[in-house]
This record gives sequence, C-alpha cells and structure tokens, in this order.
Amino acid sequence: MLSVEDLVRELAPRVLGRLVRRYGQFDACEDAVQEALLSAVQQWPEPGVPDQPEGWLYTVASRRLVDRFRSEGARRRREDAAVLAERDRDLAPASDELSVGDDTLTLLCLCCHPALTPPSQVALTLRAVGGLTTAEIARAFLVPESTMTRRISRAKDQIREQGAKFEAPPVGELNERRQVVLHVLYLIFNEGYMATSGPDAVRVDLSDEAIRLTRTVRRLVPDDGEVAGLLALMLLTEARRPARIGVDGNLVPLAEQDRSRWSRELIEEGTGLVTASLSGAPLGPYQLQAAIAALHAEAPRPEDTDWPQILALYNLLERMAPSPVVSLNRAVAVAMVEGPEAGLNLLATLADDKRMSGHHRLAAVRAYLHELAGERDRAVVSYREAARRTSSIPERRYLEAQAARLAHPKPQQPEPQ
Amino acid sequence: MKYMLLIYQNPGAMQAMPEAEKQELMSDAETLMEELMERGEWVGGEALADPSAAKSVRVRGGVPAVTDGPFAEAKEQIVGYCIVDCESEERAVEIAGRWPDARLWGMEVRPILSPDGLEM
Repeated sequence: MLSVEDLVRELAPRVLGRLVRRYGQFDACEDAVQEALLSAVQQWPEPGVPDQPEGWLYTVASRRLVDRFRSEGARRRREDAAVLAERDRDLAPASDELSVGDDTLTLLCLCCHPALTPPSQVALTLRAVGGLTTAEIARAFLVPESTMTRRISRAKDQIREQGAKFEAPPVGELNERRQVVLHVLYLIFNEGYMATSGPDAVRVDLSDEAIRLTRTVRRLVPDDGEVAGLLALMLLTEARRPARIGVDGNLVPLAEQDRSRWSRELIEEGTGLVTASLSGAPLGPYQLQAAIAALHAEAPRPEDTDWPQILALYNLLERMAPSPVVSLNRAVAVAMVEGPEAGLNLLATLADDKRMSGHHRLAAVRAYLHELAGERDRAVVSYREAARRTSSIPERRYLEAQAARLAHPKPQQPEPQ
Repeated sequence: MKYMLLIYQNPGAMQAMPEAEKQELMSDAETLMEELMERGEWVGGEALADPSAAKSVRVRGGVPAVTDGPFAEAKEQIVGYCIVDCESEERAVEIAGRWPDARLWGMEVRPILSPDGLEM
C-alpha cells in the first residue's frame, strides 16, 4: 500500500506533463504542481485519497496556475490569454488520448537539458519528476534550502531562455539526451549510496529515489538495454548496502564485507535484468558495469570471484566507454588475474592522465596492489597519499587505518627483516 | 562538491587604499556573491574583523596561553571566507579567480570534507 506521499510523487510527473501540454510555461506549471502536491499531502490523509487522485491533482494545479496568471495583472493577463489561445490551437487537447508515459520521458529530457550543469539537472529532476520538495532535496545534498531554491529556479530560467519546448527531443539528439538522462539518474543513485548516515526522517533516500525513477523509465522503454542495465547496476550495488558500513560506522571494503548481509532479492532481480538484456539488446556501458557487479554478487567468497570474466568485461568497457576510472578498475582486474605487478604497470600509465593523477582512488589502488605484492613500505606511502587526497571523512579514516595497520603491525606479526 | 574559499588580504595595504578603490573592491565582491546566489552555488560566508582583533589560544601542559593577534605571522591574513557548492574543482577555482582580492592578494580553495563516502 503506497503512502500518500509516495502516491502523490508517483503522479507528479504525469500531472505536470498534462499541465505543460495544456498551458505551456514549464516553470509556472512546475510551481503549480508543487503546490498541488503539498495540498494533497496535507488534505488527503483525513478524508482519504480521492477516487481520481490524478484528476484531483490536475484540477488543483490548474487552479493554482490560473490564479497565478490572474494575479499577474490585467496587462499581463491579456497577453497570457492571447498566448494561451494561440497555444491551445497549436497543442493537442489535454485529454486522455495523450500518452501519459511519453510525458514523463519528455519531462526527464527537459530537466536534463544539456545547457544545465549536472547539479542543476539533478536538482530539477528530483523536484519536477521525482516530486520531492526543495527542502527535501536541499537536505539530501546538505546545502541550505535557499541555495537549492535558487539552483532550481535558475535551472527553470535557463530552460526558458534556451527556448526549450516541451516535446520529445529531435531524433538526431535522442541518443545523446538519453545518455544525459541516464547519467543524471546514476548521479542521483550514487549520491544516495554514498550517504553514510543512512535514510532517516530528515534525509530522503536518494538511491531509492533513483531506483524508483529508473523503474519508471524502464516501464516506458522496456526494450532499451541500457535502461535495464542501469537499473540492474543500481540494484546490484544497492544489494551491498547493508554490508558496506561496519558496526563501528566505518566503511567496509568489498573484499571484507559480510556477504550474508547482501540482499539476495535485489541481486536476483538485478542479475535477471542484466542477463536478459545482454542476450537481446545492443551492448552498452551500463549493461557491462551491471554484468561486472553481478559477477561480484555471485561469488560466495571474495576468492571465488571470477576475475578473468570481470577482466574480459572491463576490456570491453574500456573500448566502448573509455575513462580513467574504467582504466583504474580494469587495472585491479588485471592485477587479480595476472598479478599485482601487471596492475601496477598499468597504474603508471594512468598517472600521466591529468584527470586521474591527483585522484585519491589512483593512490588507493596503488596502495592495495603494493600490499598484494608484499611491498609494505610503498603501500603505506600510497595509503597515506590517498588519505590526504580524499575529500570524504569515512574514506580518509579507512585509508589511514590501512596505512596504520601496515606501518605498525601487531606484535604477533613481526615485520620480516 | 563543497569548497571553502579563504580570502587573504594584507590588512595594512587595504587600509591605505584610496576609498574609491576600496568601494570598487567591495562592490565587485558583492556582484560576484549575488551571481553565486543566483546560480544556487552560494552556501554561506562571512567577513572577519581585523586580524589585530584576533586572539590565538594554545594550551601547553594544561595551561592556556592566550596571545593577541592571528595564529600565523604572515603579511597576508584571512579576512573572510565563503563556502560554495559547485560541480567541480575547476569551477571553484574559477570563482576564486574572480574574487577581487585575488587580483591584489590571494584566495585559497579548500575542499570541504564530506561525511559520505564509497567503500574501496
């Protein structure tokens, strides 16, 4: 049984889509829908959810919008009326024959407009498509509400200035826009997954939100292998969440996680999704990453991990979507298959890449591979370097603990002379 | 990503500056602040009183020693800070480069540690 909040947020993009089709003016419609959502959350719990919740929201939002147009003064009102009359002629009527599903995708593409920075795309998507309030988004990103309010209204202004229409992107741009949408959903997921405080009453769970939105997209384009791949990647990553933080609140690395705490249900769903899409749809980076996550999830113990298969997938991924992060992960797989020296050699080439050379992950992987190679002093140096470079408190604590463990071994494990 | 931009000045040189230049400096900073607010990047910030008003506190052997003046002896002193939340370090550096004090003295861009993290 959906809570009122969940139901309202599920309906938000559909109501907004219908409203924008009817009246244009995405920014004003978006405000009106937010007000309608708030009214619903306040009013529905008592008499109960209305028979036609979507219709209720649409009606309330339309009234808010019309009130707003009226209050903007007589001169403006005349202009608006003229504009609206013109629009009404151009647009299809807001009736049931309109594809509701397409509207959510169109909305997503609009919120992920390439003129916006990724933080703006993320914020606007969460509000307009996810139906979150500005206060909830601000708390999720640990910034003041005023900052998030400005970010969202600027994003809407930019969309208006770009003259972006509420319509499906041109066919030539469709693939690129889809990539941006998937990337924004991925960013939202990561933001939620990184949170160490855990979901609570004040901080909304962004990884759940990303999974919910990606499920919606998947329902709308069930044949898209990359959408399935992204959803699978999220589910397989989320499955590890109960094991990623120890009882002491510290981060637990993949190899040391208590695998009995991984969610079997999410692993099964994610593995099923990626297996199905790999056998049918054209291959893509999200599917490959999901397939790698599935191989990790399948191994009962770290030593059972099918590293040769993972390496083969990273080889493909590096060819298909080259990035320094992929190369770094591939270097780990190489080390696990061919030995730490081979991995370290690859890292040496990565260190020349400006995007990666100062990155804490490069130093962390180097430390780990030195440790595997039995080069304790070098490992300590690199763990410390990684600890200095990360901007995350729990990561720094973890990396410093690794350095300390190697630099000051326990008495029963004397350092070989 | 959140960054703290530390604003450095030479307080003596600032005092000696002609009023018109001082005004220009402040109005440039205000314009930039407004732009950062407008873009939803501004998280917060404050200006600090003159470094001569600072007290430095050190406890040695359980005994606090309080001295007048800033912690570090230097020509340039921290006179304020702002916190921005922006998409990349490049953007943070760009903002710092547009802060008027950067033209005369300097700005320091420091990432703010996040309570969130990713396991290795």
